[in-house]
Amino acid sequence: MSEVWDVVVAGAGIVGAACAAECAGLGLRTAVVEAAEIGGGATAAGMGHIVVMDDSPAQMALTHYSQTLWHALSPHLGPAVEYESCGTLWVAVDDQEMDEVRRKHRVYASAGITTEILDSHSLAEAEPHLRQPLAGALLVPSDGVLYPPCAAACLMEQAQHNGARLYAPRRVVFARAGTARLDDGTELHAAHIVLAGGADTVQLLPELPIRGRKGHLVITDRYPGMVRHQLVELGYLKSAHSVTTDSVAFNVQPRRTGQILIGSSRQYGAEDSAVDHEILAAMIDRTRWYLPDAGSLSAIRVWTGFRAATPDKLPLIGPWPGDETLILATGHEGLGITTSLATARLVADHLLGRKPKISIEPYLPERFSRSLAHA
Amino acid sequence: MSAHFDLVVVGAGPAGIAAAIAAARAGRSVALVDDNPAPGGQIWRHGAHLPAAARKWLVELQASSVVPFYGWRVIDHPAARLIRAESGADCTDLQYDRLILATGARERFLPFPGWTLPNVLGAGGLDAMVRGGLPIAGKRVVVAGTGPLLFAVAGHLAARGAKILAICEQAQLGHLASFARCLLSDPAKLFQGAGYMLAARGARLHTGCWPVAAAGTTQLESVTLCQGSRKWTVACDYLACGFHLAPNTELAQLLGCRTAYGFVVTDDLQRTSVTDVFCAGEPTGIGGVELALIEGQIAGLAAAGKLRDAQSLVPRRQRKLGFVAALRESCTLNPSLRNLADEDTIVCRCEDVRHAALRGRASWRDAKLHTRCGMGPCQGRICGVATEFLFAWHADSVRPPVLPAMVSSLASPGPTRNQPASLSAETAISAHSKETP
Ligand SMILES: Cc1cc2nc3c(=O)[nH]c(=O)nc-3n(C[C@H](O)[C@H](O)[C@H](O)COP(=O)(O)OP(=O)(O)OC[C@H]3O[C@@H](n4cnc5c(N)ncnc54)[C@H](O)[C@@H]3O)c2cc1C
Ligand SMILES: Cc1cc2nc3c(=O)[nH]c(=O)nc-3n(C[C@H](O)[C@H](O)[C@H](O)COP(=O)(O)OP(=O)(O)OC[C@H]3O[C@@H](n4cnc5c(N)ncnc54)[C@H](O)[C@@H]3O)c2cc1C
Repeated sequence: MSEVWDVVVAGAGIVGAACAAECAGLGLRTAVVEAAEIGGGATAAGMGHIVVMDDSPAQMALTHYSQTLWHALSPHLGPAVEYESCGTLWVAVDDQEMDEVRRKHRVYASAGITTEILDSHSLAEAEPHLRQPLAGALLVPSDGVLYPPCAAACLMEQAQHNGARLYAPRRVVFARAGTARLDDGTELHAAHIVLAGGADTVQLLPELPIRGRKGHLVITDRYPGMVRHQLVELGYLKSAHSVTTDSVAFNVQPRRTGQILIGSSRQYGAEDSAVDHEILAAMIDRTRWYLPDAGSLSAIRVWTGFRAATPDKLPLIGPWPGDETLILATGHEGLGITTSLATARLVADHLLGRKPKISIEPYLPERFSRSLAHA
Repeated sequence: MSAHFDLVVVGAGPAGIAAAIAAARAGRSVALVDDNPAPGGQIWRHGAHLPAAARKWLVELQASSVVPFYGWRVIDHPAARLIRAESGADCTDLQYDRLILATGARERFLPFPGWTLPNVLGAGGLDAMVRGGLPIAGKRVVVAGTGPLLFAVAGHLAARGAKILAICEQAQLGHLASFARCLLSDPAKLFQGAGYMLAARGARLHTGCWPVAAAGTTQLESVTLCQGSRKWTVACDYLACGFHLAPNTELAQLLGCRTAYGFVVTDDLQRTSVTDVFCAGEPTGIGGVELALIEGQIAGLAAAGKLRDAQSLVPRRQRKLGFVAALRESCTLNPSLRNLADEDTIVCRCEDVRHAALRGRASWRDAKLHTRCGMGPCQGRICGVATEFLFAWHADSVRPPVLPAMVSSLASPGPTRNQPASLSAETAISAHSKETP
């Protein structure tokens, strides 16, 4: 069997689903191939924090752009997506971290994002269960949270509504020169094949500079109102001299259900998805330092997931230099829920030859083929 | 807090009690862990009115060197040869050389309109509440579902003065007949069965019959039953309803033990696929008390290194396996039971997921991710068993905790370590806050 499409999207995680929705919405004949469940990969493991991050100007540009797209989409998301604009509180423990709060405040302001600096007292009022006293926090009111698997399903429905065809459960086993071959032998031909298989994209392109970075999360029973914002620590300065790549951070999220999602950890080189009790314990200890009452909450499940990490922490969006029919949309590390919509928009702009709203340059895969060639 | 034992037994039902006693007699140090405040498991835990044989086991347990951990729930397996248990706000680690899993079974529930109304209860559940003091004298009770548990419960409730209006067994009479033949070959079982029938005297037994709806404004007022094309409504105070038992295999799965057809696979000496982990009783196959006792003894002896003694009990176990097969056959669910739920019937009680939301889902995981079915505190223990029958789905991986546990218990046993692990740069695991989330 052989069929002709404008675009084939390999993978229906949140990134693939967003790309499919965008392409189908523009009238492109779109086929989507998903090996398992819609949004069942890293998308099902992620926290769903829609957050603007300022690690680098390129990261800031992509997260900010994508967040504005989420804001525009949010009225159309439906209740299952559980979109909440709860805002983020970047929590500072001491004066040094308060300097970071002020720096962040300026950076966000220069990007046109309104934030608010909370002192110790107003932080305690905003989040009474946090440890006291803390130095203060930066409130980013425009950040939000959602439930990623249903967000992916919602985008996929939108794509199908606009004519996209879903092949599932089907795996792309080969993709080159405008042809995608599926595990049942079907061949799909298209001008472009969008590779959105998350960390598994390396199975199709082994030379991709992507490594899985394992993360742990804990979900609790329902405690409505106990935590009101996504709470994230700013304490990275003190551990900047860390000697290993394993790390944990205080990162806690209120769900619309009243449940509390506790994160997070990062590990390289961990291949299997089993719970690692040592890092889990470190993550929980850290959570309890910031949120002492968290220890006595009832936990109902722990799980792990893998982030698709690139060496420079920026995603791979755009044509693959070895074969320009292949368009990459992967490598989103810990921000793929947030940046999925902007990724899809950049991919569509590329396919149609439109001028993108933000430069695609920093995310182009060719940055790595260049460095490989010089090595 | 942490303690070491030669042998840790999880579950103090008949299987676990027999295992613990056998191993203690062989000179091993043994811990017996159960989440209930007293030993006995599903059938013996309520103390009073126990048969002599049961009392004998409990007295012997009491007199043995077995160290009790009653009221402790095993929640996790944080490292090799270690399980973690929680009791109230306390948490402890138990180290073992060998582990015996005797975690028993739970009732299987099937959703039908009205099954979530107050006073619609599991058959074993209502029985336990009555043993715990719920007044039942004079109350009108319909007992429905499948399996010998229905007769046991009806008999017991009748003895306490309940009016058993009907016993509805979904199986056809033919199925029951073959089961009864099997009972005849097993005098102990026959005695038990007959006793229950006598006690339940006066109750009508309907075969090929089941509830199609329960109704009431704030609580149960009536049940509609069906038998073939006949349908009728019975006013009642309680509906005790269970569709046989489902094994508790979660802990075994967390430990990595191989399962087949939903049960833990063991060899003749109750050894699982994981070295030094044994399993006995209902998780290996639903077979009742006597089989649980034999399997428990085999496991206890084998784990204590008394292989020859363990081996000598194997033929006794073998003889009981016919009963397991007959039980399984007689409790095979009629496919029509798949049609009991209507669109609005809740299937997952924790998350209020209705039948309509689940129709057309490709798998348990698909349903779970997109409808939240099975994502609540029971983690699919109830709805997962139902959807396995309704949609032929199989539950996904087991993750810690095995039962809901305090967040702190997932980190460490004993006193709280209430400091950040990594606010100092020396620690191996560093903080990464800026790279949220
Ligand atoms: C613990 C944790 C917390 C996180 N928290 C957040 C957060 O708060 N905010 C945020 O923005 N991001 C977060 N992330 C990151 C986010 O989850 C990911 O970046 C995002 O889900 C990636 O989406 P994806 O579609 O690229 O990949 P995936 O979700 O992995 O989807 C890839 C899909 O492609 C399919 N597939 C793969 N190969 C093939 C093939 N050959 N053929 C067909 N199909 C294929 C897979 O089955 C899968 O469904 C977190 C990640 C983790 C692990
Ligand atoms: C609700 C119910 C009522 C029953 N009533 C009758 C009856 O009236 N008559 C009859 O003949 N048979 C009855 N049965 C069947 C009977 O219980 C079994 O045949 C028999 O008890 C099997 O013994 P066992 O040791 O395998 O399991 P069980 O008796 O089920 O014992 C298992 C024990 O392990 C404990 N446990 C499980 N997981 C954990 C954990 N993670 N941490 C700590 N403890 C744990 C359980 O709470 C339980 O106490 C009933 C079964 C059920 C489910």
